[in-house]
Amino acid sequence: MANYSTNEFKAGLKIMLDGEPCNILENEYVKPGKGQAFNRVKIRKLISGKVLEKTFKSGDSVEGADVMDTDLAYLYTDGEFWHFMNNETFEQIAADEKAVGDTTKWLVENDECTITLWNGSPIAVTPPNFVELEITETDPGLKGDTAGTGGKPATLSTGAVVRVPLFVQTGEVIKVDTRSGEYVSRAQK
Amino acid sequence: MWQPSATIKALRERAALIQSIRQFFIERDVLEVETPAFSAASVTDVHLHTFSTRFHHPLKPDAQTLYLQTSPEFAMKRLLCAGSGAIFQLSKAFRNEEGGRFHNPEFTMLEWYRPGFDHFALMNEVDALLQAVLSTEPADRMSYQEVFKTVLGIDPLTVGIEDLKSVCAEFGYADIAVGETDKDTLLQLLFSEQIEPKIGQARPVLVYHFLASQAALAKIDEQDPRVARRFEAYYKGIELANGFHELSDAQEQRSRFERDNQKRHVMGLPEMPIDAYFLEALESGLPDCAGVALGVDRLIMLALGASRISEVLAFDIDRA
Repeated sequence: MANYSTNEFKAGLKIMLDGEPCNILENEYVKPGKGQAFNRVKIRKLISGKVLEKTFKSGDSVEGADVMDTDLAYLYTDGEFWHFMNNETFEQIAADEKAVGDTTKWLVENDECTITLWNGSPIAVTPPNFVELEITETDPGLKGDTAGTGGKPATLSTGAVVRVPLFVQTGEVIKVDTRSGEYVSRAQK
Repeated sequence: MWQPSATIKALRERAALIQSIRQFFIERDVLEVETPAFSAASVTDVHLHTFSTRFHHPLKPDAQTLYLQTSPEFAMKRLLCAGSGAIFQLSKAFRNEEGGRFHNPEFTMLEWYRPGFDHFALMNEVDALLQAVLSTEPADRMSYQEVFKTVLGIDPLTVGIEDLKSVCAEFGYADIAVGETDKDTLLQLLFSEQIEPKIGQARPVLVYHFLASQAALAKIDEQDPRVARRFEAYYKGIELANGFHELSDAQEQRSRFERDNQKRHVMGLPEMPIDAYFLEALESGLPDCAGVALGVDRLIMLALGASRISEVLAFDIDRA
């Protein structure tokens, strides 16, 4: 893998840090008028998800990380692995629990997810921004009370729990924003 | 991208602030001067990178390399040697390899010199200028040693490089510290990242007596030769100004230039031609004086509460 110097650091560049692939978020140049220049870099560790600041001496270089994102359709889980497929090449990839993490609750069959591969192996799965899921359980709620109550919890078919308005009932399909975990609307039929 | 990076309102405030700077010096009977942006020689400082260009004189067969000044310091000192008395200049300075939130490779510098002043007297005048143009509270004053002791609990004058490396490692800079052999680099790292954000927040702070190894063009203090008569001004996490009780010894100046060039050689940086006119001027006699350079764009950032230098420049480098 190529090495990258601090002047090549930009948002989106993937580098290795402490043995873990990382994504660069921001790169700020810091220099006293008389003295050494530094780069204050904001980094997200791709496996732990931790965001941290790291200072480099300007001109220093670090090893790049062989990380790429690929959009794959979710197929199914066998309990141990979650299987995804490239809809064009039909090539399949299996991600383990560590890579899928909390995303399991947003996985809908045939939805395209972004799979992050490090050295060819999946390390993270990002669901689409919006998914449609069926409500399997929610309290019937009170008729007519539509505003100002903050809604009620509803369990979805994947096990995710989101707050929904009182008028939404068990058996309905709703649209959820996976980034915030919030209810958006009833699904369009 | 044809539009300015600053708002027209910001440019109006910029103009007013520059006007108030001029007024400050006119009232104090300091002469405004202009010196060339080009120079046949430039700074040797290992941390400054110059722009250069080639001049094709219509009456000379060979082209000449010219450097864009990184500050008007050498030329202004030549004027002092020639008997100018107190002088100030508002000019463009050019520094290669600098760009970012607080840096633009071409920026406006206010530089002034006061014969008969030492660094403490000039610090008072920097304070007065900040109070006049930024309406700041009177500045705090702290020595470099005090700042390190207060904020980090270490004495920069006596700390050994191994102890300094452990301090750096505690703050997460182990990767930088591990192979570093230069104590000043580590001190600068700690100063930039751990000290600057914590000092001079409510009012400006003037930090004086930097280590002799970071003297640049300042006199070494006679009472304590471990420190140089150099100061810097910081306000709200921004480095604003750097000043010296000026080194006037031509021999010492020459050896500092040569030392820089040796360091450049070791670091694989190009060696810089030494400014012979400047050294000749020093040999003829520089009056005892103090001088300081202040980043005008940063001053305007502070006046306007701007978070990026581009917000106070008509066109930043991306739009140049």
